[in-house]
Amino acid sequence: MSGCGNCEGCLTGIKTPVDKREYVVALAGNANVGKSATFNQLTGVDQEIGNWPGKTVERAEGLLQYRGQRIRVIDLPGIYSITALSTEEQVSREFIAHDHPDVVVNIVDASALERNLFFTLQLGELGSPMIVAVNQMDLATQKGIRIDSGKLSALLGVPVIPTIATQGKGITELSDAIIRAVHDRPTPYTIPYGKEVEDRIRSILGLLPAGAGGYPPRWTAIKLLEGDPDTLWEVRKQAPDIAQTAQAYARELEKIHGEPVGMVLSGERYHASERLVAEVMEIHTPGDQEASLTERIDRLALHPVLGYLLLILTIGGLLVWTFIIGAWISAILLSYLSLIAPVEPLITGSVSDVIMNGAWTGFVAALTLIIPYVIPFYLFLALIEDSGFLTRFSLMLDRGMHKMGLHGKAIIPLVLGFGCTVPACLSCRIIESPTQKLLAAFLVTLVPCSARTVVILGVVAAFVNIWWALALYLFDFILIVVLGRIAFRVLPGESVGMIMEMPDYHAPSLPIVLGQTYQRTKSLIGIVLPSYIVGSIVITAAYALGLLEPVNTLLSPVTVLLLGLPLMTGVVFIFGIVRKEMTLLALVAIFGTTVFSTIMTPAQLIVFSLVTMLYVPCISTIMAVAQEFGWKKALGITLLETALAILSGAVAIRLLGLFL
Amino acid sequence: MASEQLEEYLESILDIGEKEGIAKTSAIARCMKVSPASVTEALQTLADKGYVNYEPYKGASLTGLGREMARKVKRRHRLLEVFLSDVLHINRENVHDEACRMEHTLSDKTECALCKMLHAPARCPHGSLIEACDRDVESCSACLQETTPLSTCTRDEHLVPVTSLKPGQKGTIAFIRGDNSVVQRLTDLGLTLRTDVQLVRKAPLSGPVEIGVRKTRLAIDHAIADHIFVSACGKKAG
Repeated sequence: MSGCGNCEGCLTGIKTPVDKREYVVALAGNANVGKSATFNQLTGVDQEIGNWPGKTVERAEGLLQYRGQRIRVIDLPGIYSITALSTEEQVSREFIAHDHPDVVVNIVDASALERNLFFTLQLGELGSPMIVAVNQMDLATQKGIRIDSGKLSALLGVPVIPTIATQGKGITELSDAIIRAVHDRPTPYTIPYGKEVEDRIRSILGLLPAGAGGYPPRWTAIKLLEGDPDTLWEVRKQAPDIAQTAQAYARELEKIHGEPVGMVLSGERYHASERLVAEVMEIHTPGDQEASLTERIDRLALHPVLGYLLLILTIGGLLVWTFIIGAWISAILLSYLSLIAPVEPLITGSVSDVIMNGAWTGFVAALTLIIPYVIPFYLFLALIEDSGFLTRFSLMLDRGMHKMGLHGKAIIPLVLGFGCTVPACLSCRIIESPTQKLLAAFLVTLVPCSARTVVILGVVAAFVNIWWALALYLFDFILIVVLGRIAFRVLPGESVGMIMEMPDYHAPSLPIVLGQTYQRTKSLIGIVLPSYIVGSIVITAAYALGLLEPVNTLLSPVTVLLLGLPLMTGVVFIFGIVRKEMTLLALVAIFGTTVFSTIMTPAQLIVFSLVTMLYVPCISTIMAVAQEFGWKKALGITLLETALAILSGAVAIRLLGLFL
Repeated sequence: MASEQLEEYLESILDIGEKEGIAKTSAIARCMKVSPASVTEALQTLADKGYVNYEPYKGASLTGLGREMARKVKRRHRLLEVFLSDVLHINRENVHDEACRMEHTLSDKTECALCKMLHAPARCPHGSLIEACDRDVESCSACLQETTPLSTCTRDEHLVPVTSLKPGQKGTIAFIRGDNSVVQRLTDLGLTLRTDVQLVRKAPLSGPVEIGVRKTRLAIDHAIADHIFVSACGKKAG
């Protein structure tokens, strides 16, 4: 789209003045309706997408250059209602209410129009100029749903554009509509409530001083009636009496309806939404194929026995597949690389030799140890996410998560943690209660992320056997459950149950899965390859200068005495704090070989991996936890996990000595 | 027969009937710890009063009137259990027997006050569901916030929690129990009063239930879904 940005005149009816101003457009809507897919199509930025509600927890930004205009597009987290309860919903609400985007593009799911329009009506009350994009038209058509977008546009008073974001259909029309809307600023019609509600809104409007609360007056009046704490607080500062009057009105409404006022207003909005849907939607074939496919898969995936079996197979399959494919690619790469130059330890020599050798070692290590394992791993993970299976895991494991004071939604960050701990920590925001959020993040830092998987596979599976590698995972899972139970006892705060939407399954789209894998791998290669090369130079140089000895000696009481590992591993663990894969690199650089069985016994290899898996989370993780929960908690988690790693490592080396 | 004893019999028949369909004399005798002969005698009295359908040698089942009565007593029993264990901190093993003795003397007014004080609990300490009350209200806040007594007219329909629907069965939301924030969240997701819902499936181990509403499906924690009461379609309550 940005390709035709310089072209003018192919669009009739729009004069595009050269405008240096940058406009801001926000994408808003329910969770999992395709906001991120639309965002990617509009901006060409690759925002991660997946088939589960809550994917976007932080707003993402991209630039749409179209017909000579520069438009900043903001992808907001999904939101069901503006009476926001969780962090992700607050992000959206605050942005729309405070930052005043030029246009809000409300993306709605064509198959669930009634629930989506409920939010559209709320959005309308905020008074922002608006466009409605009716997305997933293809799925709706499959279900026999036909939507008259022209009529919907006439009823709402704003442009309505049908789209299929995953295929890029309707995006040109949407871009045109956006350009038009930043100038025309279409605002939706007001939807009147019942008479008794409208009367009270009008009385409050009469009392409100101009600009109270900084929102459109009608919105402020409605929020006051609903008893929204933020609005009450804002208005109370300026006019305490009005807040009190509004609360008295709310009490009256509750008496008339016999239900809380929030329910009264939501009920009325849903009635309005039902009326709209009745006008614009036709259903042709009630017995639809897509729903029955989801139903058929669910019969297996949510079966009391087969469902759990499928779950174990998926997680087990993820690890085994990663190992088999990874080992295969690694072997091929290694055979090619060894043709060019064998890895040779070079401790002494000229400075340039040391640097060259270090750089080469780092390059080989990154290419053979990290990338082969990470690509198949991310591919599989993207498949799980995009198909919709992730939400089913939540449902199946909800009961078990209760034992740890969590609920099924926490499964999502935990599964994402297999990829990278940092985004997984951020995705803990989909959990509503603060205590549960912290608890989930703590457990996420213990999940074997791809870096740890690389270490376990590259050290234990490759040089001991795959069963010991799987045993390490099993131990980690047990540890997570046990620590979760203990933490649940220790941390104060109540547990809240899960309420979550179950999306339909869809066949994973190849471009999305590949795109997702590419994105994640790309950012990894961008970090790992340079850091490996630089890290390797540093280690080799430090080794040559004899700087490593003091560190190793300092750590020897732990590494040698407690853990029974070679003296040199002290430095290795220090490097692992930067990134856990760095431990592998450090081993290669220091010992000068990628065949680890020549430098450690099987028991030592297992303990080395065990400690790497559990000790200090990497720097990025510590930063992420600190950002979400504060430094005190981040350091607490770090210390706890280090102690745990040393303890279990010390026990393991003594026990393993009996078997191996 | 004393009304107390009568109610105990109705409760036993309800319990056994839910499990086995028809309550046999021997089963009632075992449950009540009395001789089969006294059971036979009691059943005849209950049948005369129109609370049970009794067939000699086969057993008894509750009539509409009897079921109503038994449910009411059960509700009081479980409310009392919550009160005894949560407020008075009486040992959980003893609360059942204590509640058994108290349940027969509770008035409607006291029952309502107790429910309010305990914030409309969903389950008894042993995990059994507490029935919705039969007051004609649409949410608990109507009771919890009332200053003057509400009208005492009662619902004419029997409500069940959505969790007790069978997979595939439909119902219409009539009442949502619980505190405001949960009610608001459910309402915002489309579970408003008088909306048709369908129970899609229950996850194993009383995990979340999947509910179809407004063409979407929601997975809802079992304990939260217990608060959503529906009038079930497909069967008329007595």
